[in-house]
Amino acid sequence: MKKSFADLMEIRNKTLNRVNLRVDREEGIRIVVGMATCGIAAGARPVLKAFSEEVSKRELQGVTVAQTGCIGMCRLEPIVEVTVPGEEKVTYVHMTPEKAARVVAEHIVNKQPVAEYTIGAAE
Amino acid sequence: MKIYRSHVLVCGGTGCTSSGSKQIQEELAKNLKKYGLEDEVQIVQTGCFGLCAIGPIVVVYPEGSYYSHVKPEDVEEIVSEHLLKGRIVTRLLADERVGDEVKPLEEVDFYKKQKRVALRNCGVINPENIDEYIAMDGYTALNKVLTEMTPEDVIDIIKRSGLRGRGGGGFPTGLKWDFAHKAVGDKKYVCCNADEGDPGAFMDRSVLEGDPHSVIEAMAIAAYAIGADEGYIYVRAEYPIAVDRLKIAIAQAEEYGLLGEDILGTGFNFKLSIRLGAGAFVCGEETALMTSIEGNRGEPRPRPPFPANKGLFQKPTILNNVETYANITSIINNGPEWFASMGTERSKGTKVFALGGKIQNTGLVEIPMGTTLREIVEEIGGGVPSGKKFKAAQTGGPSGGCIPAEHLDVPIDYDNLIEIGSMMGSGGLIVMDEDTCMVDIAKFFLEFTVDESCGKCTPCRVGTRRMLEILTKITKGQATMADLDKLEELCEHLKSNSLCALGQTAPNPVISTLRYFRDEYIAHIVDKKCPAGVCKDLLQYKIDPAKCKGCTLCSKVCPAGAITGTVKEPHKIDPEKCLKCGACMEKCKFGAIYKE
Ligand SMILES: Cc1cc2nc3c(=O)[nH]c(=O)nc-3n(C[C@H](O)[C@H](O)[C@H](O)COP(=O)(O)O)c2cc1C
Repeated sequence: MKKSFADLMEIRNKTLNRVNLRVDREEGIRIVVGMATCGIAAGARPVLKAFSEEVSKRELQGVTVAQTGCIGMCRLEPIVEVTVPGEEKVTYVHMTPEKAARVVAEHIVNKQPVAEYTIGAAE
Repeated sequence: MKIYRSHVLVCGGTGCTSSGSKQIQEELAKNLKKYGLEDEVQIVQTGCFGLCAIGPIVVVYPEGSYYSHVKPEDVEEIVSEHLLKGRIVTRLLADERVGDEVKPLEEVDFYKKQKRVALRNCGVINPENIDEYIAMDGYTALNKVLTEMTPEDVIDIIKRSGLRGRGGGGFPTGLKWDFAHKAVGDKKYVCCNADEGDPGAFMDRSVLEGDPHSVIEAMAIAAYAIGADEGYIYVRAEYPIAVDRLKIAIAQAEEYGLLGEDILGTGFNFKLSIRLGAGAFVCGEETALMTSIEGNRGEPRPRPPFPANKGLFQKPTILNNVETYANITSIINNGPEWFASMGTERSKGTKVFALGGKIQNTGLVEIPMGTTLREIVEEIGGGVPSGKKFKAAQTGGPSGGCIPAEHLDVPIDYDNLIEIGSMMGSGGLIVMDEDTCMVDIAKFFLEFTVDESCGKCTPCRVGTRRMLEILTKITKGQATMADLDKLEELCEHLKSNSLCALGQTAPNPVISTLRYFRDEYIAHIVDKKCPAGVCKDLLQYKIDPAKCKGCTLCSKVCPAGAITGTVKEPHKIDPEKCLKCGACMEKCKFGAIYKE
């Protein structure tokens, strides 16, 4: 279909997230899921998937979902760390796919960390 | 649109494809499925990353891990460790890393000194997906030009940028467009030269394979600037991947209405087609190229008239090189001052080089004009391998010359290269070490021009052949000093009498090697010796009786039965029978065999 320049801009914005991942690595919000054996055993895979799907569904720009190895507190797995540039890192513990959806809605979109899931609340 | 948390970029350039990147892709797809990651991880086939020597290359984002020499059996580990668990497979990382720490691509030595303008999207986007090109600001320059600028404005910007043709000649691009803009004609054409005939050059191929839309968009801009509505890309048929990607890109651009009629609703029309060349070097010459597009035998025609006035089908035409076009959209988007801030006084911007020959990192590099040859060879290229000494670098292909070590610190630009007896050419850069014979190199290039001379004019057709005969005599030790004089006379004759630049520049490899390595020619002629030990007819393999232990190994490997001797006694080589294959020297454990 023939496109107008406005259409091109729409395509650009939609596709940006895809290519940005390959260009600016350190900027933007990072969601890091602990995916060592302990994390996977505690159910980190569905959590990681839930985060990817939420970010994808909402077409959020500049958000990367990544995995990391063992964070060192295996009993609290699945552990997820969220870093918003300019703010302190927030560590969520005992995560589930349902909790992931809420973290995306409240923390990533509305910039309000979900206090009750954080490591501070668990300890 | 689906968003993936991780992207695996697999190089789909010609280099990596021939070292098996297609299989890597298949293996990746299989394993992503096996581990249930296909909805989270996207495989992206890209153009060339530049480091062809260590391919196939796979880059995983967001980490930016740069895996080299990836084999199909490594793929499962990348998937199960890195993509599933986030553990980088350090054993596969390209060499330059500190411990387990992954260095971002931009910080690897190979990339540090580079500045990517023409190659900006190569290895970043999927060349078969127009949306990714659009996401990198693709087609915004075309929109800007069509909606905000007059053709004169466009030409003015290109002039002010200082861009010069990347196809070899270095003619100012803005000026070329201006001539064609001012030429009167009911029909005008825009052409792209993707013939890339220099041996060892693959810059243009990589741009077309990695970022075809950047050339298409620039050609549309050029068409608007000169008042053309039709264009041709002339690309050699030996570049099947580039041709495929171009076809896909043109079809996608047509579908979006970025080629065709009433582009972006502005009333501007531009139709673009591909023409395949059969791989004759002379068809890269502008008038021969146009003759070939017209459907005739690719032979040059005298200039004037210049193509700007009478080009394709006798209509005003511009022809630019692929890399020249690849710079255009960045100039429009970032402004001419930005472009002119890179480079030297009279050569602005960057230049892509295909690094080859005796160098560690063979591959594709893009550097700001004014970078020295030393920086390219030693820092970006990683130096000459196996501790050998740098002898010379060849630029400009069969029309260029050799630059000796004494000029390693000359900043590279159009004018400096001509001053030291070479030329920019399209960007092939072949490094030679101490084991290279300069007469042999000159002979190699003359063999090429003899084959590629189209035969239309006598100085080139006959002259190159006579030059090659003399060079062959020299390498066989049969020449006299009078032959050398004749050779130099022929050089001058070809330069001033050939019809096109093929013949005019054919003597350059001889002239430049004579300028810097005359003593090697004399050694061949007077002493009947090849100092580098390359020319077989001037070589003799000998056995040092003091070192030979009489192990008989050499006589066993000699295919000609030229080595005789009894066990535990020094052996001897019969020069009459010896084929000079060097097998004995390779096998000798005592270093007793030498050549002179
Ligand atoms: C024998 C010969 C071969 C050439 N081959 C090429 C080539 O492969 N690619 C190219 O861009 N220019 C080649 N050129 C230069 C073209 O004639 C022309 O100058 C160039 O395409 C103009 O584009 P530019 O101004 O963008 O560099 C060749 C010239 C000669 C004489």
